[in-house]
Amino acid sequence: MLSYVGRRLLATIPVMAVVAVVVFSLLRLTAGDPAAIIAGDNATSQQVAEIRAKLGLERPIAQQFVIWLGNVLRGDFGESFFFKKQVSELILDRVEPTLALSVCTIVLTVATAVPLGVLAAWKRGTWIDRGVMGLSVLGFSVPVFVIGYALIYLFAISLAWLPVQGYQRLREGVGGFLEHLILPSLTLAAIYVALIARITRASVLEVINADHVRTARAKGLAEMPVLLRHVLRNAAVPIVTVIGLGVALLIGGVVVTESVYSIPGLGRLTVDAVLARDYPTVQAVILLFSMVYVLLNLLVDLTYTVLDPRIRY
Amino acid sequence: MSRIRPLAVAVLSLAWLAAGAPGRAGAETTLRVVMHSDLKIVDPIWTTAYIVRNHGYMVYDTLFAMDAKGEIRPQMVDRYDVSGDKLTYTLTLRDGLVWHDGKPVTAEDCVASIKRWAAKDSMGQKLAGFVKEFQVVNAKTFKILLKEPTGLVLGALGKPSSNVPFMMPRRVAETDANTQISDFTGSGPFVFKKEEWKAGDKAVYVKFDKYKPRAEAPSGLAGGKVVKVDRVEWKWIPDHQSAVNALLAGEIDYIESAPHDLLPVLKQDVNVKLVDYNPLGNQYTFRFNTLHKPFDNAKIRQAVFYAFNQEDFLKAVVGDSAYYKTCKSFFPCGSPMASTKGMDGLLESNFEKSKALLKEAGYDGTPVVLMQSTDLAVLTNLAPVAKSLLERGGFKVDMVSMDWQTLVARRAKRDPPAAGGWNAFLTGWVAADILNPVMMGFMNASCEKAMFGWPCDQEIESLREQFARETNPARQKAIAEAAQMRETLYPTHIPLGQWYQPISTRKNVDGIMTAPVPVFWNVTKK
Repeated sequence: MLSYVGRRLLATIPVMAVVAVVVFSLLRLTAGDPAAIIAGDNATSQQVAEIRAKLGLERPIAQQFVIWLGNVLRGDFGESFFFKKQVSELILDRVEPTLALSVCTIVLTVATAVPLGVLAAWKRGTWIDRGVMGLSVLGFSVPVFVIGYALIYLFAISLAWLPVQGYQRLREGVGGFLEHLILPSLTLAAIYVALIARITRASVLEVINADHVRTARAKGLAEMPVLLRHVLRNAAVPIVTVIGLGVALLIGGVVVTESVYSIPGLGRLTVDAVLARDYPTVQAVILLFSMVYVLLNLLVDLTYTVLDPRIRY
Repeated sequence: MSRIRPLAVAVLSLAWLAAGAPGRAGAETTLRVVMHSDLKIVDPIWTTAYIVRNHGYMVYDTLFAMDAKGEIRPQMVDRYDVSGDKLTYTLTLRDGLVWHDGKPVTAEDCVASIKRWAAKDSMGQKLAGFVKEFQVVNAKTFKILLKEPTGLVLGALGKPSSNVPFMMPRRVAETDANTQISDFTGSGPFVFKKEEWKAGDKAVYVKFDKYKPRAEAPSGLAGGKVVKVDRVEWKWIPDHQSAVNALLAGEIDYIESAPHDLLPVLKQDVNVKLVDYNPLGNQYTFRFNTLHKPFDNAKIRQAVFYAFNQEDFLKAVVGDSAYYKTCKSFFPCGSPMASTKGMDGLLESNFEKSKALLKEAGYDGTPVVLMQSTDLAVLTNLAPVAKSLLERGGFKVDMVSMDWQTLVARRAKRDPPAAGGWNAFLTGWVAADILNPVMMGFMNASCEKAMFGWPCDQEIESLREQFARETNPARQKAIAEAAQMRETLYPTHIPLGQWYQPISTRKNVDGIMTAPVPVFWNVTKK
């Protein structure tokens, strides 16, 4: 097992190297000039050229890449063109809101989607099943920003129960922290609840009529232990895979949600940096996201061994 | 389902109770504002970006300032004298001016600040060409000695928009003009809270208790800058709909530039009001690239003047006629240099005349590569209107869509359109940036040194030079009119009308200044 983990961790090195080359090249191939953006709309060509030289963008691209890669290997992601802060400092500052939103969304999603999926499978063909699956299609089909605006209209503007936007850090009070997370998490969770509920239902249906389940029922076990111990556990591998993928997909979801709710997290930082062609920030954030993605996949693979003793690496 | 609903309500209610009344935190005198952009750079000399200029007005003060009538008034300056030969300006600072660190503002600080500004700003560079030397007389007085008379001194030092000659302590002003400052000490009415600034989230300013306002009533950017709130927070909400929702819910007090299509929603709310703070507004502009076919031919550029009309552009973008007006003048209507001289018959969509001019000029059907910005609501609809009018006027048009930042980078390229260059694009100017031929960047026709588009016309340059030397306002106006008339023969750009952007505030916010820039002194929050 340990050697497997070691091999997988070693395998991340070429993956990250490819990501680094692709991200660096893509940014340089993308139209747009950070110097022109920094200089402002009224700037002359001379002013833009001076800023370009100051940022080191006059150097050949290969030279820029070698300098950047050397710095990254030493743990220095450079300084943001715009924010004039170390990129690592910038990212650390934005991690909390994104992490809080992601964790809250995942907890909400798993706590809702798995019971709903099991319920739908258990009550297969009834109005409960059709209702859950109908809602699931709806949640999956409606764009995140539409769900966001609808929730804001209802809970923040009409009922005035929750704030429209913003984020409060945990150290500034738990009440405000939770209050600012409820609507964004509900918004983001809608799509994942829909996805995971459908997968849970399908996985449970594959197992619910299996011989060992029938045997458990014949032994006189109550329905709840049958569902939890014999059905859900055997249906868990595909569900965990989808949850893992969902967590990785959250990276894309937080971008929209953080914009709609004005949360200063990594998603917003990415969008701002891309629009401003802030090369050092975009490169660092994408490297970070790639690393998270790779590690999440590893974590999902390791979870299989816990859920299904037959799986061994 | 019947169990789920009460449970959801209970969870939401508990969270609400745990938090107390949500979103109502903050002192009464904290003004929560959403500006048009996020504050990422904080050196108003280093960049011309308007958000940084607005930041500059919070933190720094100016020697002179423009009042509501467009006249230049002393601001940090107590009195100034001009010698009989108009070659020496003696400026004396007001008593009691101090920096945010408590040290007094000195003449040496101001001289260093002017030098740094003049190294970056185009009008400052023009002024620097006239300056023989600066002489510091004493701690509060300095002289500007000129090589020859110019009417630019007060206008340049009281320039209302980017780059504004903000005064900084000497130690800060001696920073190379191409290096961003890292010490944000000013002497303006607000202190920038560097430790609370989080780019992408918020910038915070607090009242500067030792600021000494002028005795006069505030007027435009001049007069007594009396701060009436304790704290101003610039909160960055990138999504317009979210910002409007936050204003409706009372979470913020002020939006600088809500899109025009959302203004009806705000108008309907009894707790919100719209304030027209900038009577000169903004101007839309069609910019030519004079380096390449077909717009390297002045006669073909004249044809565009005949094909266009302003109303179509303004309707397509702004929509509500309460927020726009046609103005057949290069200089903003309502400003001292505004004039319709030379504009008869132009901008009336006379397509036959446009086609006749194209024939006369030998237009060979070369398509116009027209860049369209798709991500800024105030610009997006301009290019399709231009395309339609140009085609009806006899042009072939290839409209290329891109985000604004791509456009900004591409417009700096001098390559032919087929090699990644361009022929034309549309943009907007704040009226305060285009008040006369020297300030108006697009009128600069100095070939390689001109702004993107690189027009090259000796006559326009001669008129701009004459304007810079002239000290008599009446003669300045005549020169501006001559420059405008020359523009109709050698068009560098085409004005497409004025539009206005109201500030949206909660009803309890008052005292917003009428000025070309949104400023926060005199603003109250009850």
